[in-house]
Amino acid sequence: MLDHELRTMIDKVKDGRIDRRGFVQRMLAFGLTAPMATQLLAIGGVAMAESPSPYKPTKRGGGGALKLLWWQGPTLLNPHFATGTKDQDGSRLFYEPLACWDPDGNMKLVLAAEIPSLQNGGLAADGKSVTWKLKPGVKWHDGKPFTADDVVFNWEYARDPATATVTIGVHRDITVEKVDDLTVRILFKKPTPFWADAFVGAPGSIIPKHLFADYKGAKSREAPNNLVPVGTGPYKFIEFKPGDLIRGELNPDYHMPNRPHFDTIEMKGGGDAVSAARAVIQTGEYDFGWNIQVEDDVLLRLEKGGKGKTVYAVGGDTEFIALNNTDPNTEVDGERSSMKTKHPLFSDPAVRKALSMLVDREAVKKVIYGRAGRVTPNFLNGPEKFVSKNTTWEFNIEKAAKLLDDAGWKLGADGIREKDGKKLKLLYQTAINGPRQKTQAIVKQACQKAGIDVELKSVVASVFFSSDVANPDTYAKFYADLEMFQIPMSQPDPAQHMRRYHSRNVATKENKWQGVNFPRWVNKEYDETIDAAEAETDLVKRAALYIKANDIMMREIVFIPVMHRLKVEAAANTLRPVVSGWANETDNLFDWYREATG
Amino acid sequence: MSQYVLRRLLIAVPSLLGISLVLFIVLALAPGDPFSELATNPNVPPEVAAALRAKFGLDDPIHIRYLRWLAAMAQGDWGFSFVSRMDVDTLILQRLPATLYVIGSAQILALLIAIPVGVYAATRPYSIFDQIANTFAFIGFSLPTFFTGLLFILIFSVTLDWLPFVYSGDIKATGFRWLFEQIRQAIMPVMVLGLFQAASMTRFVRSAMLDVIRLDYVTTARAKGLGQAKVIVKHAMRNAMIPVVTLIALQMPAVFGGAIVTEQIFRIPGIGSLLISSILSNDTPVVMAVTFVFACLVVLFNLIADILYGWLDPRISFR
Repeated sequence: MLDHELRTMIDKVKDGRIDRRGFVQRMLAFGLTAPMATQLLAIGGVAMAESPSPYKPTKRGGGGALKLLWWQGPTLLNPHFATGTKDQDGSRLFYEPLACWDPDGNMKLVLAAEIPSLQNGGLAADGKSVTWKLKPGVKWHDGKPFTADDVVFNWEYARDPATATVTIGVHRDITVEKVDDLTVRILFKKPTPFWADAFVGAPGSIIPKHLFADYKGAKSREAPNNLVPVGTGPYKFIEFKPGDLIRGELNPDYHMPNRPHFDTIEMKGGGDAVSAARAVIQTGEYDFGWNIQVEDDVLLRLEKGGKGKTVYAVGGDTEFIALNNTDPNTEVDGERSSMKTKHPLFSDPAVRKALSMLVDREAVKKVIYGRAGRVTPNFLNGPEKFVSKNTTWEFNIEKAAKLLDDAGWKLGADGIREKDGKKLKLLYQTAINGPRQKTQAIVKQACQKAGIDVELKSVVASVFFSSDVANPDTYAKFYADLEMFQIPMSQPDPAQHMRRYHSRNVATKENKWQGVNFPRWVNKEYDETIDAAEAETDLVKRAALYIKANDIMMREIVFIPVMHRLKVEAAANTLRPVVSGWANETDNLFDWYREATG
Repeated sequence: MSQYVLRRLLIAVPSLLGISLVLFIVLALAPGDPFSELATNPNVPPEVAAALRAKFGLDDPIHIRYLRWLAAMAQGDWGFSFVSRMDVDTLILQRLPATLYVIGSAQILALLIAIPVGVYAATRPYSIFDQIANTFAFIGFSLPTFFTGLLFILIFSVTLDWLPFVYSGDIKATGFRWLFEQIRQAIMPVMVLGLFQAASMTRFVRSAMLDVIRLDYVTTARAKGLGQAKVIVKHAMRNAMIPVVTLIALQMPAVFGGAIVTEQIFRIPGIGSLLISSILSNDTPVVMAVTFVFACLVVLFNLIADILYGWLDPRISFR
């Protein structure tokens, strides 16, 4: 139906019988968003046009100082060692990738000269290689030219286990070769529909070969330039104090016209989110505050007559409650939540269904997330073309109670339901974080009304997300019935995100709980869907497969989506920041400018 | 005397070893992982975090790690930060100036308030001045710094808009402008800390002074016909200062250690904020180094206080 129609239309665009605009308008009539329509064109084999840049200034510099406030300051400035996003943000001020993501999830060129496509020969028809053309004339801050050798070197540097980079995962399974001085080719082992992983976005920032070549492998920590970045970016490095301050100044040789706008840049670290919001929105001491995870009514109060406002960016981050598929209370061969057990309560689909009706997502949005959240029935919430329209959700305590009644879960004398001697008692764990504890309370209250006893547990974030094998409280061990957190989607593609829940990835004692499928969910249909999606080079079909995968997850209630979370930033009223929900905050920094009058 | 110092220094060695062992074990047993941030990053496979743990020796048995640390420390190698991937001593030296400046000024302010107020209050016990000074002292040390800090920010930054509340490590100005900005941004943290210190110190000075002022030799000095000011400053105060000097000497490690809460509120890039962020990110080499430096300073200043005793009061002998 729609699929066939779409293909005919895409073909018409290719032949020039419909223009791009006409196509997008027709797609809008189908209820698709504009970025989604352009994406369809791109994946259908039409060259993707970059979205128009909102950048207004007509000359380089003159914007004064840009003062950024990161309440967790970057602690190192080598993108290959960036443990957290804050470090990627800091490195990205000076280093650049080949391309980055704009707010709509479209690719934007940085060091590359053109977006690889089937038409320009950048993409191989079999999906096994991608060829990037590099921008000519780009110079490192020390005047040396940027060439294909630098790109190849970054691959060699990152994939060497002795270098101990955090980017090794991206570079391990690819091969990067130099075609000529301004062309590199990335070869994949198998067809890779999402080819924009290496060298794209802040984690893909490229470091100079001539300064790091001697420090590959075990000597990596001795490189003096780990702390003194020499990049290609819009700002040149002046000073760095880990966790406290980064300073930079305008790069007069920057390769993009009229950019950057600001003469100097400063990134200050430390403190907490609330006072960062205050320093930007209320007193105006700073121009931009990062990751303002503050309750919405506090922000609304600060914004009244303030000097700044909050800025939101939509990505695909979903806060979810995961249901354990194994029994956390039975030990098999010294392992709890073992794959040899079944969860005694959740093996009844009625219990799962009832639980999903007991999460009051509207209330969570109203009371906790406010403008920073969107209610969703899906686990996969972006990019737009991968979001399922087939799913629904509801909050209904009576219906949940009836469902449990019908399934034979009868209310006991203590107000807790039971069946066959098993009581509906659940342990619900999450990381310590204000909004999470409040969400726990909301869910617990509704469950109580429906006769389910919920015990709450909160674990310090650094323990909860730890890979320490000896610690029993990590999310990967999942020694609880329910657990809540979010896994950020760091690129506008669902492959990595959905692959986690393939049954081959279950977390067990054997793999030291390094398996990423922590709900220990095994579903043949899901596995087949993911396998099919990963091999699918027809991108329209591929999107359909990921939508199907999401629908299976929602049907089986592997996760209960709590909130589709938006990125929240604070910005001065005059500042025009460009922030993408699909990238680091500083990924589009070259496009930031200040309006002369607020 | 020199023999005494030598003996004390030798005794300090086993106690410092003991302290370092306890610190190391506590930190090693504490849960948490410096690479926990990697866990939820879908781009990073879990093996990467495990490989990093192995590379930094986090999976080795505790006693091996302790001996390795001890051997390195003996050679002057303070360790290597997991989180910043740089040497711990550079990290600490970077943070030292801000701490010394802010906390040192706060101590000086506290002394400038506490000594005159305490002494004057002691000369006129239970007078109106004494009552008022006492009341303020009680309010002062009952209010925690995180409360007064926020209060100051609300009044002076948000409402009045006079002072900045984000401390900047280096100010882009020169000459007088630089000095002015440097003072302006330090006013609030110095006041918060200084007033808190001054409150308890005032009480201390007052009671030390009261002890001395009733002694016979002070009455004798008065009987000689000396003026009030001379009696108080030259005769009474000098003796009253002995316990006060000890108190100040023992507070010196705190000056180096910074004030964790205040540094966090005003974003002062000092040692206290380095310690707290290292604890939060489980950067054990940094935590270990900072706490161990504190331990050394405490031992050292205890020794200095003991030596000062003998200098101030020759009746105390060194044995």
